[in-house]
Amino acid sequence: MSGSESMVGSEPAPLLDVRDLGVAFDSEGGAVHAVNGVSYTLREGETLGIVGESGSGKSVHVLAMLGLIPRPPGRITGGQVLFEGRDLLAFPERELRKVRGGRIGFVFQDPMSSLNPGMTVAAQIAEPLRIHLGLDGRAARLRARELLDLVRIPDAAARLDQYPHEFSGGQRQRVMIAMGLSCRPKLLIADEATTALDVTVQAEIIALVQDLKREIGMAIIWITHDLGVVAGIADTVQVMYAGRILERGPVDDIFADPRSAYTLGLLRSLPDLSRGRAGRKRLHQIEGAPPDMRDPPPGDPFAARNVYATPRCRLEPPPLAQASSAAPGHLVAAWYDLPALLAAERAAPGAVP
Amino acid sequence: MSPATPGSYPLLSVRNLSKHYPLRHWWGGQGSLFRAVEDVSFDIRPGETLGLVGESGSGKSTIGRAVTMLNPPTSGTVAFEGADLAKLSPREMRRMRARIQMVFQDPYGALNPRMSVGDYVAEPFRLHRPGLARAERRDEVEGLFARVGLDPRFARRYPHQFSGGQRQRICIARAIALKPSFIVADEPIAALDVSIQAQVVNLLQDLQDELGVSYLFISHDLRMVRYLCQRVAVLWRGRIVELADVDALYDDPRHPYTRRLLGAVPVPNPVEERARLAAAALMPPTHPDEGGALVEVAPGHWVAGGVEFQT
Repeated sequence: MSGSESMVGSEPAPLLDVRDLGVAFDSEGGAVHAVNGVSYTLREGETLGIVGESGSGKSVHVLAMLGLIPRPPGRITGGQVLFEGRDLLAFPERELRKVRGGRIGFVFQDPMSSLNPGMTVAAQIAEPLRIHLGLDGRAARLRARELLDLVRIPDAAARLDQYPHEFSGGQRQRVMIAMGLSCRPKLLIADEATTALDVTVQAEIIALVQDLKREIGMAIIWITHDLGVVAGIADTVQVMYAGRILERGPVDDIFADPRSAYTLGLLRSLPDLSRGRAGRKRLHQIEGAPPDMRDPPPGDPFAARNVYATPRCRLEPPPLAQASSAAPGHLVAAWYDLPALLAAERAAPGAVP
Repeated sequence: MSPATPGSYPLLSVRNLSKHYPLRHWWGGQGSLFRAVEDVSFDIRPGETLGLVGESGSGKSTIGRAVTMLNPPTSGTVAFEGADLAKLSPREMRRMRARIQMVFQDPYGALNPRMSVGDYVAEPFRLHRPGLARAERRDEVEGLFARVGLDPRFARRYPHQFSGGQRQRICIARAIALKPSFIVADEPIAALDVSIQAQVVNLLQDLQDELGVSYLFISHDLRMVRYLCQRVAVLWRGRIVELADVDALYDDPRHPYTRRLLGAVPVPNPVEERARLAAAALMPPTHPDEGGALVEVAPGHWVAGGVEFQT
């Protein structure tokens, strides 16, 4: 599976190269295989949108690569995560700490639990600057103020000495982004960074990240369950389910020509914001629920919910491979051929899936 | 001067509802008032879904809890089937409670972890129909389980044995047990996985088609609100700034805040969404401070201040 898309030899080495990563959590009922053989690459400056629901492994796999899963009960069952050519999984914690918040910035969903309530905002932003960049107190404070300006916190100078609870939810998330960006990372990882925010605040944060990306030129991994957000900011989209990548490809191709039945189901289940009541149809729904990861199905994890599943899907997990007659780099893990099935459906008169 | 519904008898009629909380100073002295909800009026017709949208802190949930008298309003009236809920005797209120139900965002928090889900769904029968024989009650519960798409054999299990979507179905089963005419659904799909949300929304729609139940659908999911609701009220800082039929509101929003809200919804289409982001970046930020009483600018379309805002 790994290296399936590193077909062009002349391309520069990727910024991030995840190879066959596996993560499990030991529990009383047996091991939960949260991430199973995940492989992908990220170029410098590329924005990768990772879509998935709870239990898909989308968050756990980035926490694992940053050394942030509690061990035990978590453990890495295999693989490598090459960042700038070096395997993060082989780093001692001391080394990893230098990368985390330095070359790799990250922003998580809940700023209130990620920020220290007993420390002023200035102190929290300054901390990585002192650790990673070796700035002294005065220089770090100056830079902290610039960062608050950068993330458009009004009246930044006056707010440096305030505590997190004195900021609104959107402002706290901006502070988190300021911290994530403080050391000019090569890679920013945002995990459901706007999910808890109102849609208007989300729009501001996304606009801000887009601006900063242009200024700093970093790569981004944007993890979300919202296909709308991904559509606007991602170069590449990766759909995860039950600890595996089911589909991956250029953003336009994923939306226009989905090859995984799960991706198609997600796209179809979204109501259209511009459709009036007259044209209303019953919402497309994906039946069933995600599998229990303590006892994952042997084959394609989506097979039990997939009306297009073949007998082989239930027995053998399909590899992630180039989809036939699709855009280069458009990969799918499926034994069935979705475009052919959809065409047959359209051809059959009166047939409704 | 209130958005009454012409032509049809309202099931729920809310007039000038306000909910204030006193803010105390740290030294214990009397401070100012926090006006969580201010002078809100609307009707809900039989069999109708009214959507309530607005950002967090705008008062959406406060209204939901006020109209069910879970957290009664500071002032204003809530009339249900013509009866002022504040004036009911405890006995009458108990009877009314069977007609008004709530479904919450967090189905796990609503369930009792030590009670089998069958007993949980049966509880309304024990409280409101004590004469019902045990076997009849079991039949009712099994019927409800089947109705919301759960295997009736699951009734003996406990909440932790269910997924989030299944738990929300259990909460909905209990909510419809006594055949209510009105359900307040407060962010009922917000905690559910994307692939499960459509299942629950379809279930809510089916139940309305069959039982004629009305919903107050409180949500920040503007796509789902457009899909499910007949009319929508937009809240901003505790006040309704716009209320209209769903198509009028989404296709012809008049208030600057409504426009900002709808304009911020990402579109799951890369070409359109990139164009939307590019256009939004050029737009100056709006500061919706236009308030004032609701004025009817078109039939059934109410806007705060009544101003015809231009694009």
